[in-house]
Amino acid sequence: MATTIGVVVFPGTNCEHDAVAAVEQLGASARLVFHAEDKLGDLDGLILPGGFAHGDYLRPGAIARFSPIMDAVSAFAAQGGPVVGICNGFQVLCEAHLLPGALQKNRGLTFLCQPSRLKVTSTNSALTNAATLGEELTIPINHFSGSYTCDVDTLRELQNEDRIVLRYVENPNGSLDDIAAISNEQGNVVGLMPHPERAVSALLGSADGVVLMESLLRAASVSRV
Amino acid sequence: MASTENPAEPLHRALGLTDVEFADIKTVLGRDPNPLELALFGVMWSEHCSYKSSRIHLKRLPTEGPTVLVGPGENAGVVDAGDGIAVAIRIESHNHPSAIEPHQGAATGVGGILRDIFTMGARPLAVMDPLFFGEPNDARQRWLVDGVVSGISNYGNSVGVPTVGGELTFDRCYQTNPLVNVLCVGALPVERLVLGQASGTGNLAVLLGSSTGRDGIGGVSVLASAGFDGADGAASLDDAKRPSVQVGDPYEEKRLIEACLALLDDGLVIGIQDLGGAGLACATSETAARGRVGMDVDVTAIPRREPGMEPWEVMTSESQERMLAIVTPESLPKVEELCARWEVNATVIGKVTEPEKDANGEPIGQLRIRNGFDGEILADVPAAALADEAPLYERPLAEPKNRTAMLADDPTNDAEGLDANDVILSLVTDPAMVYRQYDHQLFLNTVIGPGADAALLRLAGPGLPVSSKGMALSTDSNPRWCALDPRRGTAATVAEGMANVACTGASAVAVVNCLNFGNPEHPEVMWQLSEAVDGMSEACLALGLPVIGGNVSLYNESAGVDIDPTPVIGTLALLEELVARPPSLGWSEGESVVLLGAREASGTIPFSLAGTQVAVDVMGRRCGTLFDIDYATHAATCALISSLVGEHASGKDGLLGSVHDVGGGGLGVALAEMAIAGNVGASLSGVHGVKELFCEHPGRFVVTTNDVAALQTRANEAGVALSVLGTVGGTVLSIESLVETKVSALSERSRSALSDALDAASR
Repeated sequence: MATTIGVVVFPGTNCEHDAVAAVEQLGASARLVFHAEDKLGDLDGLILPGGFAHGDYLRPGAIARFSPIMDAVSAFAAQGGPVVGICNGFQVLCEAHLLPGALQKNRGLTFLCQPSRLKVTSTNSALTNAATLGEELTIPINHFSGSYTCDVDTLRELQNEDRIVLRYVENPNGSLDDIAAISNEQGNVVGLMPHPERAVSALLGSADGVVLMESLLRAASVSRV
Repeated sequence: MASTENPAEPLHRALGLTDVEFADIKTVLGRDPNPLELALFGVMWSEHCSYKSSRIHLKRLPTEGPTVLVGPGENAGVVDAGDGIAVAIRIESHNHPSAIEPHQGAATGVGGILRDIFTMGARPLAVMDPLFFGEPNDARQRWLVDGVVSGISNYGNSVGVPTVGGELTFDRCYQTNPLVNVLCVGALPVERLVLGQASGTGNLAVLLGSSTGRDGIGGVSVLASAGFDGADGAASLDDAKRPSVQVGDPYEEKRLIEACLALLDDGLVIGIQDLGGAGLACATSETAARGRVGMDVDVTAIPRREPGMEPWEVMTSESQERMLAIVTPESLPKVEELCARWEVNATVIGKVTEPEKDANGEPIGQLRIRNGFDGEILADVPAAALADEAPLYERPLAEPKNRTAMLADDPTNDAEGLDANDVILSLVTDPAMVYRQYDHQLFLNTVIGPGADAALLRLAGPGLPVSSKGMALSTDSNPRWCALDPRRGTAATVAEGMANVACTGASAVAVVNCLNFGNPEHPEVMWQLSEAVDGMSEACLALGLPVIGGNVSLYNESAGVDIDPTPVIGTLALLEELVARPPSLGWSEGESVVLLGAREASGTIPFSLAGTQVAVDVMGRRCGTLFDIDYATHAATCALISSLVGEHASGKDGLLGSVHDVGGGGLGVALAEMAIAGNVGASLSGVHGVKELFCEHPGRFVVTTNDVAALQTRANEAGVALSVLGTVGGTVLSIESLVETKVSALSERSRSALSDALDAASR
């Protein structure tokens, strides 16, 4: 059976179909998981896709963390299952304390939809295990609240434990230490603001996201065995 | 009721109805209307809803074509794109709300047009926004630009529909009356097409989505169908009209889209209708009129945001994010269950009843508003009288008095002394600071996004049959042309749209239009509208483009001064195979630079600068005679470009390195934009002076190639004129003795032009 990735849909999520398309393009299968469910079923990996879960009301991710499915997501992560939060999904993972820190409004106080150049700064994660350290990738960002922040001790931990997974080459949003993606201590839970699922074909301008999506599929197939 | 400030004013006038219209209503009903009935007529017979001044002219537009499935008059036009996919497209204005409250005005403009598209059963896939503001060096304009752009960004991004392009125009005529137009395109499996009508006695009218509040009451009549009284400037704008602006909630709309598309997927609805202008009054009367059935609405069943709302307020409120679905009683439980999943309210508010019969025994729709389903009848009116039988005005037309002198005053020869370097530097503007605030990539369809000649998308989306086709979109307008000659200007705008989509390899198949004009009670404005319709009609017939939808926005005026006529044309084009990125406007070192298309404008004045950016924006000369279009040459040139670019898109080896339409700012700006995009200069010659450099005659393209001989053969076969202008290379854009400018200077100026202009306002 092919590796199966669950794509979690909150009301207001809007990148779920794109995430499914990217996973299927790479030969794996994908299944939408609705936020009101409380069980994941038989899945090998999870994507929390981009969008505006629960309208981003209060704060991005602040309401989504209380959706019924989040207990199952936390349990899946605790068992070592690979979980990748993209954009709004990253914000949800931070609000759910599956990742440290928070995403605040961009430095320029406007929404930004543009290509971003990224550097792979760790390959010890479910998002980058197939990538090469130091590799540069061009992947679009699409967010209003993408400026990563955390306290000094947390930043030191992230740096010392090799948990800063991607950094911006030219920081577009004021993120601390140019952070574009971080992982948890085990490396199985990763959040990133750029959208790798939007960069899976030269027709659309970049296929640099493929290596990140493949990393997730690799981590998922390992966790299944 | 609507306006109690002046107790002496009769109610019908306060509702925006004339004395003659009031008499007509009494004739239709055979009695005096009660206040609720009068309120229904007030919104439904407004200019915005009834097109009472423009319908007589719109009839002259060609609307039929082999691929047209739905033409004007429905919520959106629909064409058959092949591969089992139909494409729905519509354009609308939200001008007056945006003038008063730019963020919510623009946001609800986006929300409204999305509902028009998914009402047809189509998933909205892309939005484009043509925007028109006054001179940017003014604090109020900055407030308007920021508000409108943030409104589109906030609503469009959040609701999950990419904004793939648009236009940004600054001109003093929009100083107190900006224009915010929104075009939306969606796609659906062709067999799922639904039309907004009620049928089947005993079926239920279910209101989906938001509860109904007091926002937007009178939006179509008080706000959209009257000019702004205020004299010059911000302080005197009609602040009292602000409560007539609706407030949007993109999160509610996103859930409503998903719920409605799921209802249609599961075959649970018979008809569906969006609630936009005129709210429930419009949705209930239109569905009843189209279906020729009775519709009983229980006004007390409608969920409300606040207590104490009167029936007329409930029926005419323009609260956003609501839809009306017609369902059978048997499927109601499933409808309720599905809506609950998406946290969308679903409330039975009406019933389909036996129709009334007209004098010939034919069924006619009837709308009854009741106090409880079996309660007192509060209003009882023929639905068609509200929806379709508004008065039809043949308003007087008059050519503007100063026109002959204006046409005779040709600005062309006065341009000889201009420094072309300065002109180009003053005209290059990269609008990226606007479009990077829009998600333009969602759905993985956007091959060419904002900032190019046209947007190019894969024809794909959730729930659609698999296809390798592409779809191109452009919105075009040229108020500078249309101010001189609305007929020729509108015709040229249609031609320009066709040329823009050709640059993506696609071929235009249909157009929609948004006619933004001044006060229809001014005969000059009606003349402009009539001329514009004739120009559009002429061009569309000659170029084989059916007009499948439109919107008319009148009363765009401030303190009695009308805006320049601003017809906006949305062009839909299809591309047979889209599997590789076609060339864009960035050229590369070593390529030959080639001009395809006529070298001499075919009007009475060759290379006329009348109506060009250089004449109007640089020289301040709003005068001269506009060119005529040679449609056969134009169509042949566009077809050649579509074919050359289409070869690249289908994955074949093509001849082109880059391609760009010669548009605003003429050849000079087109060449500068190609140099900026390629970040390399060129050495060019053979351009006939500043006249040819800045003339804006459509149907000319700059391409680059490494095989001029092969391109010459193709051009000869197509009967299209070809001229080699020179070679790409170096760090300088050099055009004979006319232009000698560093590419780095062009880039820097282009990047900062817009923010500099807007920042000047805050200093």
